[in-house]
Amino acid sequence: MPDKENCVIVCRCEEITLGQIREWIDRGCDTVDEIKRASRAGMGPCQGRGCRDIIMREISKRLGIPLDQVDAGSVRPPVKPVKIGLLAGDE
Amino acid sequence: MKWKNKADVVIIGGGIIGTATAYNLAKFGRKDVVVLEKGTVCGGSTGRCGAGIRAQWGTEMNCRLGLACLDIFEQLDSELGMPTGLNQGGYLLVAYSEKEFENLKKGMALQNGLGIKSRAVSLPEAREICPALDASDAVGFTYHARDGHADPFLTTFAYLEAAKRLGVSYFKNTEATGITVKGNKAVGVDTTKGHIDADAVVNCAGPYAQYVAKLGGIDIPNWGERHEALITEPVDPGVCPPMLMSFSGNYYIQQRPHGSIICGVSPEGHPQDFKLRATRQFITHMSAVLKKMLPSVKDIRVVRHWSGLYDMTPDGSPIIGETDVKNFYHSTGYSGHGFMLGPIAGRILAQRLTGNKPDIDFSTLDYRRFARGELIVEPNIT
Repeated sequence: MPDKENCVIVCRCEEITLGQIREWIDRGCDTVDEIKRASRAGMGPCQGRGCRDIIMREISKRLGIPLDQVDAGSVRPPVKPVKIGLLAGDE
Repeated sequence: MKWKNKADVVIIGGGIIGTATAYNLAKFGRKDVVVLEKGTVCGGSTGRCGAGIRAQWGTEMNCRLGLACLDIFEQLDSELGMPTGLNQGGYLLVAYSEKEFENLKKGMALQNGLGIKSRAVSLPEAREICPALDASDAVGFTYHARDGHADPFLTTFAYLEAAKRLGVSYFKNTEATGITVKGNKAVGVDTTKGHIDADAVVNCAGPYAQYVAKLGGIDIPNWGERHEALITEPVDPGVCPPMLMSFSGNYYIQQRPHGSIICGVSPEGHPQDFKLRATRQFITHMSAVLKKMLPSVKDIRVVRHWSGLYDMTPDGSPIIGETDVKNFYHSTGYSGHGFMLGPIAGRILAQRLTGNKPDIDFSTLDYRRFARGELIVEPNIT
């Protein structure tokens, strides 16, 4: 079963699997930001909306840290993807 | 990981410089190395940088360091056993006046003399290199095909994992709070996790290096300068294959192999600024620059915008070497080019610390040059 689980896509934007997330947790990552930097999970167009909670739960389960103590990481602007043409405005 | 009370070399800073130095120390034989990082690895300047790698520089020192880094990067994946995301699409430098173009060509002559095959290109050729390019107001371009970019996260993690395999220890969330100096020699480091004895201490703290230097009683001219950058959603590759850059135009634009465009501009007036803010002015101005340089990108979406600190020195060149306190070394002040110079910086300082002859003599990068007034001013920076 773990083999099958490891193939599950956690971050759909960057196509990062549960197996890859677990690999980085086992290498010493215990925050969402570290896993983001190492694997790119959460760096795509949705900016972690889908995968952030799953990664936090996995860190919590694997390392025995209460979920509310797992660092959820940074949220960066513009939060929702915005077209360059719109941002450029009249400048 | 269990705290160590003693190590041969303690490195302060877990960015590209610290991890590359640690890996090379272990590779050249000093394996009892500890890396201290006050946050988490690659969480500072390295992870926030524009990721460029180039040999098109305006000083001989930077040309030599840049070229040596290209040699290292081209075989680094196999050396470290992990991918670094190297993408050699070249650097296309854009000049907007005859005077600027003359300066680029002066740099090109210096580069060519050192074995860097940069060349001047026309607008039609520039558009072959960068299909979405407008730049109809440009006067001239220079290009070096071996330049490009890599992934700062992957590269730093690759160095750290390779260093760990060679026996290096890494402590995150561990801040250096003091440096023990006895008989004018650095002999240990106080940290938020406890004390550690050391035969040598290396300051790789980037924009915070001045504060770490001060812990050992050393003054270095070094400060943080906030720069902002943004990244778009991934689109078809081929929009901007080279690193498109202009010193007077004040921008850099590149496209990662997975399709996202990364770009930045320098802050007006280049003030000292340690605040990691992301401003509305940047995102609107940067978008306007993108639309002007690459008109077809206007419907591509920006997904993330952040800031990071350049670790500045008065001449824009790094500080590498031992200080007036023996066994207290510095490798910092890369002034916005630490990621690209990290691989060679880590190698040459490690060579010195292991009794080997450094590939490149870095004695002129000594921090006492500022007091002597012997600055190495780099013209090719934004």
